[in-house]
Amino acid sequence: MSTVAQKRGFLAVLWDYLTTVDHKKIAILYLISGGFFFLVGGLEAMFIRIQLAVPDNDFVSAGLYNELLTMHGTTMIFLAAMPLLFAFMNAVVPLQIGARDVAFPFLNSLGFWLFFFGGVFLNLSWFMGGAPDAGWTSYASLSIASPGHGIDFYVLGLQISGAGTLIAGINFLVTIINMRAPGMTYMRMPLFTWSTFVASALILFAFPPLTVGLFLMLFDRMFGANFFNVSMGGNTIIWEHLFWIFGHPEVYILILPAFGIFSDIISTFSKKRLFGYAAMVFATVLIGFLGFMVWAHHMFTTGLGPTANAIFAVATMAIAVPTGVKIFNWLLTMWGGSIRFTTPMLYAVAFIPSFVAGGVTGVMLASAAADYQYHDSYFVVAHFHYVIIGGVVLGLLAGTHFYWPKMFGTMLNETLGKVTFWLFLIGFHGTFFVQHFLGLMGMPRRIWKYLPGQGLDLFNMISTIGAFFMAIAVLVLLYNIVITQVKNVRVGNDPWGDGRTLEWAIPSPPPYYNFKQLPLVRGLDPLWIEKMEGRTEMTPAEPLGDIHMPNNSFIPFVMSLGLFIAAFGAMYQIDWRESGGEEFVWSLPVLIIGMLITLGSMAVRSLKDDHGYHIHKEELMDDTDKGGKE
Amino acid sequence: MATHESTSANPKVNYEYRRRKARDEMRMQVTSFATMIFMTFIAFIVVIADFDKYYAFPVLLLLAGAQVVLQLYYFMHMSHKGHGTAALFLYSGALIAFITVLTFLTIVWW
Repeated sequence: MSTVAQKRGFLAVLWDYLTTVDHKKIAILYLISGGFFFLVGGLEAMFIRIQLAVPDNDFVSAGLYNELLTMHGTTMIFLAAMPLLFAFMNAVVPLQIGARDVAFPFLNSLGFWLFFFGGVFLNLSWFMGGAPDAGWTSYASLSIASPGHGIDFYVLGLQISGAGTLIAGINFLVTIINMRAPGMTYMRMPLFTWSTFVASALILFAFPPLTVGLFLMLFDRMFGANFFNVSMGGNTIIWEHLFWIFGHPEVYILILPAFGIFSDIISTFSKKRLFGYAAMVFATVLIGFLGFMVWAHHMFTTGLGPTANAIFAVATMAIAVPTGVKIFNWLLTMWGGSIRFTTPMLYAVAFIPSFVAGGVTGVMLASAAADYQYHDSYFVVAHFHYVIIGGVVLGLLAGTHFYWPKMFGTMLNETLGKVTFWLFLIGFHGTFFVQHFLGLMGMPRRIWKYLPGQGLDLFNMISTIGAFFMAIAVLVLLYNIVITQVKNVRVGNDPWGDGRTLEWAIPSPPPYYNFKQLPLVRGLDPLWIEKMEGRTEMTPAEPLGDIHMPNNSFIPFVMSLGLFIAAFGAMYQIDWRESGGEEFVWSLPVLIIGMLITLGSMAVRSLKDDHGYHIHKEELMDDTDKGGKE
Repeated sequence: MATHESTSANPKVNYEYRRRKARDEMRMQVTSFATMIFMTFIAFIVVIADFDKYYAFPVLLLLAGAQVVLQLYYFMHMSHKGHGTAALFLYSGALIAFITVLTFLTIVWW
């Protein structure tokens, strides 16, 4: 997207992106592929809403409906929300802490390609005999019995992309611990960096249980094991526990970075230091910890017994406390601030009441006794869409507008941005507010159709109309992105004018080495401190010197491609064994070849030294985008 | 990257002081090594002497836990400065693993 890139041929740019280890380019890759999967998941949501718009509808068949709702949930969580958050983490966190890249640029690239190939594999199920159809939770008793390869696509696809996510999480942990600029202490880190740190820690601890669960499922479905098969002495509840030990922290992995984006936006556009910074950090960490103690509230009706239910109910309600602390701190940051209602700020302001609504229904659901009434009804659907859309998606849209200039060097159109915002906000509340009542009226979730004359018709129609508003909002955003990039009006370091943190101290987009000289951080909101003392840029913390940079590498792509190929072999060897070795004879060789590609590329990476290269001081002196100082 | 310099590697630091540090360190290493061998010895006795399993299992687990702590703190240098973050993550992981195992023992295998 830089001016240099446009002078090169398309293939050169493509090769550059396939091999890049630069966190800013990987951020763009995450944004594009996450955005693509967001559109796919959105399309699936539209089909669901069209099917439910009128009673007794026949828009899709029952089987296809199950596939749509499963893929909508799975795609939105794993392939849209998380990658889009990783896009902003990659684009912004190294800049916010004053680093030249993440700690492991090669692994950063590997994490992306694993996610990408896992996502592509999962979505290929649509064209290869049917998508997974047991819900995004894929409860074992149902998914073990699911015919065809749908669940196999789910298990293998998530296993591959989950490895990528785990790698990305570890990378951010190491980056934030080790790569902070001189003076950037923990308690001076911007809230987005803090929430990325805590979310990465949650990834580190939450993804292994998912991996274990998926492996057990993989062996049950593909190699004849019986971990979840009750008739063979297995226990189907194990999957539920493993899934939710992962699954509950997962929702905090999604929401915490969104909290971080909003914290930075609110303080920027209120022209105030974040109110109660230390309390915000503490609340973030506490939410992270408590997030691991509450998973069984998804399983109140499983029959854990009153003691377990009571413990998990109380623990769940406790999370409302740190969340409440954050809500009040945002309100008090705005209080008395000089507020500018830019598009990101509109999203931030709308987020607070929307998310509180989701939080309130969350406390209602946390009450185990009442949960028996709400369980598996549209009330639950309304609740988690209020926290995920009202929290995460609003955060992602706000982040898109807020960080777009830093990522691409152009400003998204503010008028169109506000149009997107209002359409989306109205559509969102229109779709999901009425679903609370549908749930309380007794409409179960995950149903294909409902009968007329049961009082469900009107609200379902309203809900579908709301969904169309959201779809139009997304189309306006896409149009906005296209015209912005076509016009290509370049912006400077700090296009919002009120930037407080380090990323706004360097050009948009930043040069590939980020900081010519690492900045000296003198407090929270370092750029703001310099501005208040009449300077326009950061004081360097080091003399101008050579910068060590990593080389580009095609190995991450090949490594991930190998697993992608191996997954097909692993899946079709079921058919090969079932046919008694008659058909699908290629499956085992494909499995082995795929694994060999991956192991071979790992060997190449290990055996071949790659020391990177240096940008020499003289080149940096010549570079005119920001003068170096001796 | 000034923060990467550890003080002990600095030649300007008093030579006598470093000698004493190294000697103390060595003494701790040998002591903990002896303790670990002794604990291994006890563990073998508990098994060979055929103690009641309700006595033997907790003792073995306890000894194993102590071995892990000694290993981490004296042989993998977690007692040194600058390992706070690693310790935090280690204990968080252990806590989550413990809760998971506790769940599986209490409310899954009913």
